[in-house]
Amino acid sequence: MIPEIGHFALILCLLVSVLQAFFGIAGPALGRDRWLAVVGPAVTAQFVMVSAAMGVLIYAFVQNDFSVEYVAQNSNSALPVFYRVSALWGAHEGSLVLWSWILASWTLAVALLSRQLPARFAARVLGVLGIVSVGFLLFTLATSNPFLRLSPAAPDGRDLNPLLQDPALAIHPPMLYAGYVGFAVAFAFACAAMLEGRLDQAWARWTRPWTTVAWAFLSVGIALGSWWAYYELGWGGYWFWDPVENASFMPWLVGTALIHSLAVTEKRGLFKSWTLLLAILAFSLSLLGTFLVRSGVLVSVHSFAADPARGTFILAFLVIMIGGALTLYAWRAPLLKSNAGFELTSRESFLLFNNILLMVATATVFAGTMAPLISDALGLGTLSVGPQYFNPVFLLPTLPLVALAAVGIHASWKKGRIGERRGPLLLALAIAVLLTLAVVLGAYEGARVLTPIGIGLGIWLALSALIDPIARLRRGIRITPAIFGMALAHLGVGVFVLSIAVVESYTRERDVALAVGESARVGEFEYRFLDLDPLEGPNYDGVKGTIAVFENGKQIALLHPEKREYWVQRSVMTEAGIDMQLTRDVFGALGEDLGAGRWSVRAQVRPLISFVWLAAFLMALGGVIAACDRRYRVALPSPEAAPVTPVAAALPASARSAAAGDVLPGSAG
Amino acid sequence: MTPRRRRIVLVVGILAGVSIAGALALRAFQENVMFFFDPTQVAAGEAPTGERFRLGGMVRPGTVERRSGSLDMNFVVTDFKRDVPVRYSGVVPDLFRENQGVVAHGRLGADGVFVADEILAKHDENYMPPEVARAIKDKHGGVMPVDPGKAVDPPSPGAVPLNLKLNP
Repeated sequence: MIPEIGHFALILCLLVSVLQAFFGIAGPALGRDRWLAVVGPAVTAQFVMVSAAMGVLIYAFVQNDFSVEYVAQNSNSALPVFYRVSALWGAHEGSLVLWSWILASWTLAVALLSRQLPARFAARVLGVLGIVSVGFLLFTLATSNPFLRLSPAAPDGRDLNPLLQDPALAIHPPMLYAGYVGFAVAFAFACAAMLEGRLDQAWARWTRPWTTVAWAFLSVGIALGSWWAYYELGWGGYWFWDPVENASFMPWLVGTALIHSLAVTEKRGLFKSWTLLLAILAFSLSLLGTFLVRSGVLVSVHSFAADPARGTFILAFLVIMIGGALTLYAWRAPLLKSNAGFELTSRESFLLFNNILLMVATATVFAGTMAPLISDALGLGTLSVGPQYFNPVFLLPTLPLVALAAVGIHASWKKGRIGERRGPLLLALAIAVLLTLAVVLGAYEGARVLTPIGIGLGIWLALSALIDPIARLRRGIRITPAIFGMALAHLGVGVFVLSIAVVESYTRERDVALAVGESARVGEFEYRFLDLDPLEGPNYDGVKGTIAVFENGKQIALLHPEKREYWVQRSVMTEAGIDMQLTRDVFGALGEDLGAGRWSVRAQVRPLISFVWLAAFLMALGGVIAACDRRYRVALPSPEAAPVTPVAAALPASARSAAAGDVLPGSAG
Repeated sequence: MTPRRRRIVLVVGILAGVSIAGALALRAFQENVMFFFDPTQVAAGEAPTGERFRLGGMVRPGTVERRSGSLDMNFVVTDFKRDVPVRYSGVVPDLFRENQGVVAHGRLGADGVFVADEILAKHDENYMPPEVARAIKDKHGGVMPVDPGKAVDPPSPGAVPLNLKLNP
């Protein structure tokens, strides 16, 4: 009975979303302001309904209700309760429910925090979000219903994929989705602006914090996924340019471009139509990512169950959403003219180049990700594109981007002057060059050409990001959250570039065959296999090794890699033994029993790898802090039109047309 | 410079930059893309010798040999019509097993042995790489030894690369 309540709640949720979409879009379009009153309650109802559906599903997991097919396939009575809850998004159907719940949460947040927006505009934003919600709920109910029953009920479940029984992976999908779905908010703001036919600096100010927070979530989500791949998959890589990774990385790149373009639109009223296009693109790539992952069209090491119905549905949804938004764009964008000029070395120029380089980077990733699909569809053979393509091609636009960022964050708007910052900037460059030389020539042997470039650029940008806050601190000028957040995020980018360069250049790795008591050299390190013991966990058993790692005869780490066999799925998992420290990770993973008492062991020592993820969190934190800036919370009447108060919203349309100001003909009643 | 002139210079500069980037990307693409071949194609001499490609099929039962206590191993990849012997040295994925789908990256030697430098296996019991599934289906009269349609769903849209790199 209880699962049916969840199913029913989901259907109600769909109906409410239809109301929200219809009244949110049609109300302002037809000038029926009374219709707008439906939208707010519909948003709340939608959130309540989808929360109920998700609650029911969680309840079914926790109670081990194996009469629900989805639970039977993804859980087991021996599974710890924590993972029973996270098993909800361990597979396709449940993760769609999570998607809808996160969308409902964002929508509710928009409804609650946007009271200072003009009522019609807010209704349009919520209406567009309603359309997105309708699409995903329809998709869930029609092709991927998690509440389907199994008759007779399974005696026990098939268990959650052991790879997913991990704390980082329990929070990775919600974070990633919060990012993906957050771009729906930017998308909705863009569509609403196009429907209104007006886009002013106030619009950019409303959109910025939402976009930045969504971007921060996506950053954390990608970093968690990468971290999980590093320690849980057992083989020590942190980025594989896998299509599914790329699918989450492309919206991030475009989102980064969007954040910067929005800054120009807010401060200078420029790049208006470009900003709109980026907002559409960021969300489109989020949808495309969902399509790629969910339809199984991609030949990936982990492309999933191919279900043509699901693929077709998402593809149709993709075409409708993107096609609709682009049509709207073609119709309305020419109306949004900006006529301010700027000099070649002004901040606007730097941000323009930032956008171009980010788009080139996105295009290279897109080309590499889609090429196998296109080649296959055209019958040109089955091909695959790996790191050998992505690594060099991606660096081409991004290395100049880092250099431009180091200078660009000090450029002033409109006029091309670095001015007083020239001195500190050159000092930072000098320090970066010296430190790089010290690392490359002194402490370690020189590696490839890219090593000093990466290290130098990383240090330069990190130092450059600190110049502004330090200067303000010394003069006693207040550091606003916007300034602090921006500095932190760019510091994060600098640290990221630096750490990637170091990890890629100075990692020591080797596969070795070791028996207990034997040791092997890995670069300047020595791995000694001390012991191998049996192991028993709550739902698995296996063996646990003990490996000591020495540097110059001194023990620096003791690793405990495990090989687990999970009982239900009889699958073997490698749990790497990692000694994590801020400056370096010592990594060891057990491969397999090679016979003669020997085991294959993957040994790696990676300097500074923690900083790769730390940097991603710095970026995200910077974004969140910047989004908390006071100016986003103060209701600022836009110069063209005073915000319509709820009282005014209740007035007849004729009385409001005066307040609507210079709204384009046709867009208001 | 007049604003108009400046704009033209800017646009030309951007176009030039983007074209150069595009040309370089295309070259990197042509040099680094890897094609997929199944054992029948390899036997027919369609696969290049000396160039890296992906070989996919099933691990033929009873062919996995390993010198005791060593990382070196041999096995045979089959599409149930033709076989290709494979040599590899290193750690294999957890799900590498006899009678299971596998994709190997490497080069075909003059002796007809495929020397793999990277072995990929599926990340769950029921999953088979689509290209392998297709290759075997074509040769097997439409009967699949493993049903790829019954795959258990994946871990979320996040990263799940089961990508094994061989170290030098």
